[in-house]
Amino acid sequence: MKKLFQLLFLLPAFLSAQETLKGVVLEANTENAEIPLGGANVYWLNTSVGTVTDFNGNFEIPYKKEFKKLVISFIGYQTDTLQINSIKFVKHSLKPTANLDEVTVRSRQKASSRSFLESQNVINVSSGELLKAACCNLAESFETNPSIDVNFADAVSGTRQIKMLGLSSPYILITTENVPSIRGASQAYGLSFIPGTWVESIQITKGAGSVVNGYESIAGQINAELQKPLTDDKIFVNAYGSGNGRFELNTHLNNKVSERWSTGLYIHGNLRETEFDKNGDTFLDAPLMNQINVMNRWQYVDQENGYVGFVNVRYMNDEKRNGQTFFNPNTDRGTTNVWGSEIKTQRFDASGKFGYVNPELPWRTTGVQVAYSHHDQESYFGLNDYNIQHTSLYANVLYNSIISDSRHKIKTGLSATYDGYEELVYSENFNRIENSIGAFFEYNFDNLGDLNFSAGIRADVHNRLGTFITPRLHVRYTPWEKSAFRLSAGRGKRSANIFAENQQFFASSRNLNILGSGGAIYGLDPEIAWNYGVSYLQGFNLFTRKADFIVDFYRTDFANQVVVDWENPQQINFYNLEGESYANNFQTEFNYNAFEHFDMRLAYKYYDVQTTYLDGKKQKPLTPNHRFFANASYETQFSDAGRNWKFDATFNYLGEQRFPSNEGYLKTIGLSEFSPSVSTLNAQITRVFSPNFEVYIGGENITNTKQDNPIIGNEDPFGSTFDSTYVYGPIFGSMYYAGLRYRIN
Amino acid sequence: MKKLIFVLMITIFGATGFAQNKNAKATIEVDGVCGMCKDRIEKASIKTKGVKSASWDVKTHQLDLIYNEGKTDLAKIQQSIADSGHDTEDIKAKEEVYAKIDDCCKYRDENVVNDHKD
Repeated sequence: MKKLFQLLFLLPAFLSAQETLKGVVLEANTENAEIPLGGANVYWLNTSVGTVTDFNGNFEIPYKKEFKKLVISFIGYQTDTLQINSIKFVKHSLKPTANLDEVTVRSRQKASSRSFLESQNVINVSSGELLKAACCNLAESFETNPSIDVNFADAVSGTRQIKMLGLSSPYILITTENVPSIRGASQAYGLSFIPGTWVESIQITKGAGSVVNGYESIAGQINAELQKPLTDDKIFVNAYGSGNGRFELNTHLNNKVSERWSTGLYIHGNLRETEFDKNGDTFLDAPLMNQINVMNRWQYVDQENGYVGFVNVRYMNDEKRNGQTFFNPNTDRGTTNVWGSEIKTQRFDASGKFGYVNPELPWRTTGVQVAYSHHDQESYFGLNDYNIQHTSLYANVLYNSIISDSRHKIKTGLSATYDGYEELVYSENFNRIENSIGAFFEYNFDNLGDLNFSAGIRADVHNRLGTFITPRLHVRYTPWEKSAFRLSAGRGKRSANIFAENQQFFASSRNLNILGSGGAIYGLDPEIAWNYGVSYLQGFNLFTRKADFIVDFYRTDFANQVVVDWENPQQINFYNLEGESYANNFQTEFNYNAFEHFDMRLAYKYYDVQTTYLDGKKQKPLTPNHRFFANASYETQFSDAGRNWKFDATFNYLGEQRFPSNEGYLKTIGLSEFSPSVSTLNAQITRVFSPNFEVYIGGENITNTKQDNPIIGNEDPFGSTFDSTYVYGPIFGSMYYAGLRYRIN
Repeated sequence: MKKLIFVLMITIFGATGFAQNKNAKATIEVDGVCGMCKDRIEKASIKTKGVKSASWDVKTHQLDLIYNEGKTDLAKIQQSIADSGHDTEDIKAKEEVYAKIDDCCKYRDENVVNDHKD
């Protein structure tokens, strides 16, 4: 009996000893280090015979002669199939898919593309596109994208404002990694506080957008994904210098500290110390400035159990000085001797993000986001003081799942915000606190074919905006191949930070007036708008090469708006809209890959933006009706050593723009009713010497287009006609730059 | 009272005993060659009532399914895939259905299969 038992015990051992294949699974890496992969799936192709590797990457799997193909797979790695002809110890390395993707992106994916499948009208801007215009921060990242208009730098701060659908950036929800970031106090200069090299990719959504990120978006959403410690280069250095005295240095250091934790340190500095007054109006053409910006990110990835997370901290200090060239802040501030301006900003951000994907039910995911920021701006413009402090808290909990099957997806969650503002305008204090709590639900249906739609709704309780509902709808329909018809509608609501958003008016002799009382924000009412859009995208082949054609029409209708009225040259008035205010935008775009490695993009845009002012309905000032855009880019074939050349050129045409105020007054300051049209040309050449090193040179505004007298009343800056807000074109003229990028993977 | 507890226990245990897995997982082999096949196989699976998620691997021909056992079973899912033109472990697609799938998807044709190899 005892023997029988022993035999029974030994029997399986015998069997397995004879018919077992053993092996080890490792991670492929450049250092050829032996990193075992535990938890990898190993199975025979077309059978149900399989196993999982142990902690040291070892596996044992039953073997039969009929089994020929062994499949090894692991999440995050490329699946490999091995041919097995006899029982030999198998030692195999899996390549991480992240490495693979990078290669494919370089060769195949277009730098900027629109999805044929998404229900929202999303334009994806990859890092490749961002390199086409090398300088310098998020504001300037949109130069090669026709859906976003980058305004010319304003005469005092030198920063650039962006517009979408004819509406300025306060009407666009700008997020970094889906956390609303450029808002409140940072509305005016916030885009210049995000260095260009930190941005990994940008997603631009035209129209209402999703309810998940809040109720504030009206014209659209822009999301910037930042570099991630796990995928960014180990070491990255970018140095930039330009003929207008601007120098920038960017350094990224990324490190994998443990199996699950990676960290990245991102340091940015920029500087301009040289004074330029090429037009001889005694005012600086570009501000003197310096900025230090440091961010530290921690990334946590636990693929096995489905946990991912991020922790970020960022500190930034930015100083700008502008005004007359001989202005000395120590002796001239607060006097009428010389006109000068300084803007000093300090900002601290901390945020955390945590996600869980149920490994058993991959459609069930949970995410939590929390963000804190403190923004402190101290500034003066001549005799006008303006300070703002903004403390902000944001929290969002998101749950994703499906109803019945994966064609019906749902997103639901809660969000809460807190914003504390303390402002000093001239000598008057404006303090206010805003807080809100809300719940959202979004349903997405995808029939896996020609139809996809998402319908979202959110309800928020806000101490100043009241209790309100925000509905949003996006539909995509594909009636025939390579096409996408899109439809969107949605409502947005926000409080206008009238001073922070319109700081350029401090650099004028205008009197500020708020014509309203009893409203919840500066005595004014919240802004409410509806946005509707239709879009048609068609891909086709032209002379056997890929091309696509896009037509968009969007309309934004304001139910209430805080009208910024600067029609009277001595005043700037803020008041609640009485009557109509809308922005119509028609855009058509043509993309063509005319020959190997040559891409071109042409776009025409028509804007009709009208608002009812105190003296009637008028076209919005300094908004051209017609814009034309062209971009061409060419790359030579990569050599075996990884060398190539890249050429890019962008042309912009802006039609005439209406100046505020009446013809009679405009004549006295040397302007006519409309500005002349403006054309600019930018170009850049990049020489890639190896995958690690590249150098670029480029020119902005090569044709040297200039606005002759950007500052009205410059001869008497403390007089009644002084105004720096009549800027319709470039102040600086042509500018050339050069830079380099060095990276170690 | 005792009776009630007894009945309750019976129902609870009975229910759990017979409870069907709402998120049953299965991996079956389905024949196909390309991304278009993947679309077709996944669509056919997910359109079967009770299937929650379906993902087919072009390389390994493995179809990972998650489905509600109370509403469907592997036979029904395989039937639906076969009706779309793809052979599964247990059910072969009918000739006339197979004939209708795109030329590049003809997985029974050795030449087509070879064309898809790297």
